Amino acid sequence: MISIKNLSKVFNTKDQTVQAVDDVSINIPKGEIYGVIGYSGAGKSTFIRLINRLEDPTEGEILLNNQDITALRKGELRKQRQKIGMIFQHFNLLWSRTVFENIAFPLEIAGISKQERERKVLELIDLVGLKGREQSYPSQLSGGQKQRVGIARALANEPTVLLCDEATSALDPETTDDILDLLVSINEKLNLTIILITHEMHVIQKICHQVAVMEQGKVVEQGEVLDVFVKPQSKTTKRFVQQLSPLEHQIDRLNQFITNDEQSEVVKLHFIGNNAKRALISEVSKQLDVEINILQGSISPTQEGAYGTLYVEIKGKPSVIQNSISYIESSGVEVEVLRHV
Amino acid sequence: MFNELFPNVQMDHLWTATYETFYMTIISVVGTFIFGILLGLLLYLTARGNLWQNSIVNSITATVVNVFRAIPFIILILLLFPFTDFLVGTIRGPEAALPALIIGAAPFYARLVEIALKEVDKGVVEAAQAMGAKAHTIIFKVLLPESMPALISGITVTAIALISYTAMAGVIGAGGLGDLAYMQGFQRRNFDVVFLCTVFIVVIVFIFQFIGDWFSRKIDHR
Repeated sequence: MISIKNLSKVFNTKDQTVQAVDDVSINIPKGEIYGVIGYSGAGKSTFIRLINRLEDPTEGEILLNNQDITALRKGELRKQRQKIGMIFQHFNLLWSRTVFENIAFPLEIAGISKQERERKVLELIDLVGLKGREQSYPSQLSGGQKQRVGIARALANEPTVLLCDEATSALDPETTDDILDLLVSINEKLNLTIILITHEMHVIQKICHQVAVMEQGKVVEQGEVLDVFVKPQSKTTKRFVQQLSPLEHQIDRLNQFITNDEQSEVVKLHFIGNNAKRALISEVSKQLDVEINILQGSISPTQEGAYGTLYVEIKGKPSVIQNSISYIESSGVEVEVLRHV
Repeated sequence: MFNELFPNVQMDHLWTATYETFYMTIISVVGTFIFGILLGLLLYLTARGNLWQNSIVNSITATVVNVFRAIPFIILILLLFPFTDFLVGTIRGPEAALPALIIGAAPFYARLVEIALKEVDKGVVEAAQAMGAKAHTIIFKVLLPESMPALISGITVTAIALISYTAMAGVIGAGGLGDLAYMQGFQRRNFDVVFLCTVFIVVIVFIFQFIGDWFSRKIDHR
């Protein structure tokens, strides 16, 4: 469990003060993958660097392993940092060291014996799928492989939490997915808490259990990924959610279907979790005498189950339409009737 | 053939002088490497935003470095005569040239070291900090290894400057090929001696350049 309370960071420069992180409070249960999303300049990068005190917080506290990180003195902080793994957007590997030596570096820092180091490094190389590349130098590796080395290095001292600072932002989409899969398998295998920051909703959707949306240093929304996806409250969150379902942009095109005709209603259905897998539409049209015209739809898998959006036009008598809507609602799918604005 | 072309060259003198030049160069390169890295590290680490940020130490070090770099080498030797006498016990011969050579070259090399260290990716230093590394670990396991190719090419450039400094020191009695060229060559109007000394010095420069380039390339895995 990591608990962050009223965390703030103010940067004072010559002619201005910048409140990079503004009164952020978050609780992260053990074993959770917690995502922080925001546009550049939202303060998410500063936020994650406050957790291992690469930046010193101006105010607030960070409770990790029952210790307040913000109160630690230099020596204690160094010890504690060994238990906080971190991976970076640009990998930050030492080019002068081989893959093996890079992964051994944190173990050297922790004062682990040479034999023990060797055993541990080989184990980690296996874990991240880099067998056979032990003696390669980082310059001989692809971006994805470099990040694998970064991950192995971050895990070397068996940390209780892994911080990911835009860990996939420098990778192509396919490699990003590979790295995300690796993070999920590590999370499951080691029950490791992961905190990641990103500007890609895709990353949050794919691997996070919980998400916080940051804007101008503040957390404007946080909660279970599915909840936040389905019912985004703030404008920023809505924009992020739109990244995932490009359909939301095309809502204008639905307008031609939305009429004042009582025999027809356009509705938006939110499928959450297992409901997304049901053949609900054919069920409804079989049970009740309605025509259902599918206009557009999309489905996005997340860590906690899938979530989908479907726009349909229901045609029939007004009472039957009402019945259909109640039927759909009773099956746990949310329904929103669209009208002309 | 050789005697006809170079009638005034005495081979034993030439070899002794070559040995002395090598001796002065190698010892002073080692000394410059050590002191230059220490000074360069101090310049780098005490600069704004770095590990030991300290503007007072930084500006004092920078001033010392700049002053010594500004003094022409030939004058520096003369200035350092009392110091050399105290340290080495004499002001003549190859040993006596060493303090001036090192003090003259180390500040120059320190600036090259500083530049090399600045080129080290800040992210890598940060990664080491995030792992809980101590300052000396960061210096010896991150900063120096990561800047090594630049440190090597820097010391190569400095070594070549040092070879030319040894020749200058030779003129005021330090021995070596410069001494030979001036005393037995120029003073006696034996230009064959001057010419052959020049050739030897050029060869020594090439040797150092070659070793430096080879080594720098070998350890560079970027």
